Amino acid sequence: MTERLRRSLDRVTRVRGVRGALVVTRDDGLVVADALMEGVRGDAVAALAASLASRLGSAARASGLGAPHFYHLQATEGTLLAVPGPSGVLVVVVADHELNVGLARLEMLRVAEAIW
Amino acid sequence: MTSTRVVEPWLRQPLERFVTEAGARLTLIMTPAGQVLAQHGFTRAVDVMAAAALGSAIVSSTREIAALIGEVGFRALNHQGVHHGIFLAEMDSPRGRLLALVVYGSDSLVGLVRLFFEDLVRDLGEACPPEKPRKPVIAADFERELNQSLASLFGR
Repeated sequence: MTERLRRSLDRVTRVRGVRGALVVTRDDGLVVADALMEGVRGDAVAALAASLASRLGSAARASGLGAPHFYHLQATEGTLLAVPGPSGVLVVVVADHELNVGLARLEMLRVAEAIW
Repeated sequence: MTSTRVVEPWLRQPLERFVTEAGARLTLIMTPAGQVLAQHGFTRAVDVMAAAALGSAIVSSTREIAALIGEVGFRALNHQGVHHGIFLAEMDSPRGRLLALVVYGSDSLVGLVRLFFEDLVRDLGEACPPEKPRKPVIAADFERELNQSLASLFGR
């Protein structure tokens, strides 16, 4: 993992409520880089988030909405965020309810920039 | 119509769960020698036999390559095509080492297949009943059991 990417992932995890951040390949659902708290299953999050993003992307395009820029899934115990990045990757964040979504998204976009 | 066929009933539920969750189109569970224990999605016996023989040969070949470079073995291989991918992996089960050959399409991901393969290994371990003591093999039993296995796998 490049130092720039590591630093940007670390910045995401410093946002209050974030339990883990990952860079995932969109076509494969595999982990490229991660910064996770204990108890977060990176491989499972990567595979399922990539699958979810793929299906939601299909739904958005089929609805005439174009390609999604941001995914926000609210669940009973927390939140999953994803931002498509360059080179076929997806930046994914797992967080609890006290997350500032705007701040997290900003840091996720910085991660995507670090991949260029 | 897709089908799941098994030689022993305890294999069915774990295999069906894996196929559903991983989005696998074709799956074979076999011994390292290529003897098929369960299959999903194949409709022709000749395809099952060919896939089992080729999958077993690939694992044997890669094991030899691993030995050449001082590795114990490669646990899993993935071949990615344009429309399909092939995931081939070894697993330890109460019945010894088994191989799984999984063909998945563009509606699934290798990450998903890998993820649910771990669950399949766990589920098979939990579902496997204690092995019965082996009886001496006699020609008549061998042929009858072989025919039963073929009937289970190919519905004949």
